[in-house]
Amino acid sequence: MDIVSNQQKKRIHPHKFTLWVAIGSIVMMFAGLTSAFIVKSNQTGWKTVDVPKVFWASTAVIVLSSITLQMALRSFKQREMNRYRSLIGITVLLGIAFVVLQWLGFQDLWQQKITFKGSGAGQFLYVIFGLHSLHVLGGIIALIIMFIKAFAGRIKLYSAVPVEVMATYWHFVDLLWIYLLVFFLVIG
Amino acid sequence: MSDAMSVHPEVVTTHDVHHDEHHVHHHKETFITKYVFSQDHKTIGKQFLITGIIWAIIGGLFSVLFRLQLGYPDQHFQILETVFGKWAEGGQIKPEFYYALVTMHGTVLVFFVLTAGLSGTFANILIPLQLGARDMASPFLNMLSYWFFFLASVIMLSSLFISTGPAASGWTVYPPLSALGQASEGSKLGMDMWLVSMAMFIVSSLLGGLNYISTILNMRTKGMSMTRMPLTIWAMFFTAVLGVLSFPVLLSGAILLLFDRNLGTSFYLSDIVVNGQILPNEGGSAILFQHLFWFLGHPEVYIILLPAMGMVSEILSVNSRKPIFGYMAMLGSLFAICILAFLVWAHHMFVTGLNPLLGSIFVLLTLLIAVPSAIKVFNWLTTLWRGNIRFTPATLFAIGFVSLFISGGLTGIFLGNSTIDIHLHDTMFVVAHFHIVMGVASFFGMLAGVYHWFPKMFGRYLNSTLGYIHFWVTIIGAYLIFWPMHYQGLAGMPRRYLDKSSWVSFTQFGELDKMITVVSIIVFAVQLMFVFNFFYSIFKGRKVTTQNPWGANTLEWTTPIRPGHGNWEGEIPEVHRWPYDYGKDGREFIPQTEPIGENESKH
Repeated sequence: MDIVSNQQKKRIHPHKFTLWVAIGSIVMMFAGLTSAFIVKSNQTGWKTVDVPKVFWASTAVIVLSSITLQMALRSFKQREMNRYRSLIGITVLLGIAFVVLQWLGFQDLWQQKITFKGSGAGQFLYVIFGLHSLHVLGGIIALIIMFIKAFAGRIKLYSAVPVEVMATYWHFVDLLWIYLLVFFLVIG
Repeated sequence: MSDAMSVHPEVVTTHDVHHDEHHVHHHKETFITKYVFSQDHKTIGKQFLITGIIWAIIGGLFSVLFRLQLGYPDQHFQILETVFGKWAEGGQIKPEFYYALVTMHGTVLVFFVLTAGLSGTFANILIPLQLGARDMASPFLNMLSYWFFFLASVIMLSSLFISTGPAASGWTVYPPLSALGQASEGSKLGMDMWLVSMAMFIVSSLLGGLNYISTILNMRTKGMSMTRMPLTIWAMFFTAVLGVLSFPVLLSGAILLLFDRNLGTSFYLSDIVVNGQILPNEGGSAILFQHLFWFLGHPEVYIILLPAMGMVSEILSVNSRKPIFGYMAMLGSLFAICILAFLVWAHHMFVTGLNPLLGSIFVLLTLLIAVPSAIKVFNWLTTLWRGNIRFTPATLFAIGFVSLFISGGLTGIFLGNSTIDIHLHDTMFVVAHFHIVMGVASFFGMLAGVYHWFPKMFGRYLNSTLGYIHFWVTIIGAYLIFWPMHYQGLAGMPRRYLDKSSWVSFTQFGELDKMITVVSIIVFAVQLMFVFNFFYSIFKGRKVTTQNPWGANTLEWTTPIRPGHGNWEGEIPEVHRWPYDYGKDGREFIPQTEPIGENESKH
């Protein structure tokens, strides 16, 4: 139990801290957009939108991907590298599935004649969900890099910090998605 | 939790170990890794500074050009046609050109010079050096921050050379003018480039800001508690917090504007007729953009001002050989300014039809900023009071900052009142106010910083004689240029107009405008002299021979004269005291690294 004394010295890792600040920053961006939405929704000529059912499926997918990534983190810490690799792979696939489902949702809306014309909830939906998908795509790219490193790395990595940072970000985009969906269901 | 800990004790690795590794590796540097894609915070700081200087020359030149138009609206300058061709046919600046110049002057100075060039430079150079860290929390993100800024610069610079010209709807790019290509030349391709460039710029300042915050909170050396940090670091910290929380909102606004421009949405557009053509856009609100813009825009002025305040505090204390007066009050007022900065944005929008009750709340919050500002001014003056002042160029610029901050701050009280603002809004009074308090004052803070830390950056001094000439011409020039604009504004002279000679009521100002133009040219020439001094001194300046030329307490002066990547050759020094022990117990200064003596008095 010599670790206890070390633990007092332990501060949050700078990279993790940086990520938390970045999350604060991303939250401000979506806060800006959703507050613009609220301001606009009180004005005349506002058109609401029915959120397509596909987005429920994508919600299930991204929640599932959060779970697989958490399991991947756990396997990494237990040094079960094969399980770690396959779980990261599954997370990547689920992430891609999420973006594809979002795209299908957009197409569904587009076929309902909700295009870029106008300035109702539909147009905001394209912008807000689209930007969220960009953040997911960024996460997917980082995940793919981690996936490749898990195979190709010549140096063995023991620090769990990169995986933890990745997991935190991924859970954040997951939660952000749930917030955005609830926002559109309640106010949109 | 303890489970994870016992499996992986390396999680508790401290940052010191981490960075000693960096230190060992750095002998493998090539020219590219040392000067171009460098991850050394000092080099990145210099890259920001030099890019900022180049932008300052461009932005300053633009102001000289439109001052020529304002001072001499009827003159023909053939050379303008030779250089600018169709933009200045017959040697006269065309309206489109004038608006492009004004817009680019604002954009370049506010974002590229006074944000990236100021906090990019000094946050990078000073944060690790004054905190006792070998580098930033993430040197790689830090390098990306510069290169995103570089990319933004390239895009903005190339927008100057396209046939329809750069963005021309003011630095605030209000729609509908900025959203409709058919409304003006500058709202065509130039505007899209402006938006893309600003998006890159926002990414750059977010990456930088993240790094500054996590470095300040996580990478301080042993003994460097938060209240032992120099005020420069506190100022950089609050600046970064402001940037990280407000720039994303501008990005949201810019994205919606890009959609309106290119994809046919109507977030900001409604019921518009352009050149007799009725547009189909419905339901948008141009005011929405103003809210999103000023939610960034107001914190932005503090992003510009706070680093200057921090550096001035440090420079005044070092050079008056006295402790800073009221350290905690300085810190508290920085904090108060940081909070209030987010709560006052609508004072830019008093005449948009804002609910008067809401307006009065914003008046109250705006006037509240006078309190922390006055505390800071009081503390600077009392720091100088009966000090043993060394009038170096850095000190003079710092004192100049205080002077300008007072003059410009007082007119803020006029403008912050919604009733007076109805008369003064969009007049030259506003131009005078924000140039003095935010533009020129921050510039003075930045120049003070350059003169003061130049020896640390390049191991040589700037030429002092040129420095004194630079200071006196600039301060006198700044007041001659901007003071008279208050009178023009009070008389109702609008800003943004390129020729006011057809109004009889403004003809009285004809000669005054000529004077302002002549002074602007002189001041601009003196800035070029400073640029010469800067580059000449990098190579030929007087060499620094001692580690601590200013007799300062802070940690950057405990590094070698030309520190390598990693800053300290041996161990990182430990800190035992606050940074302002000047003139204490009969000693001129006591560095932060010196342990507290047995019989030492309390500060």
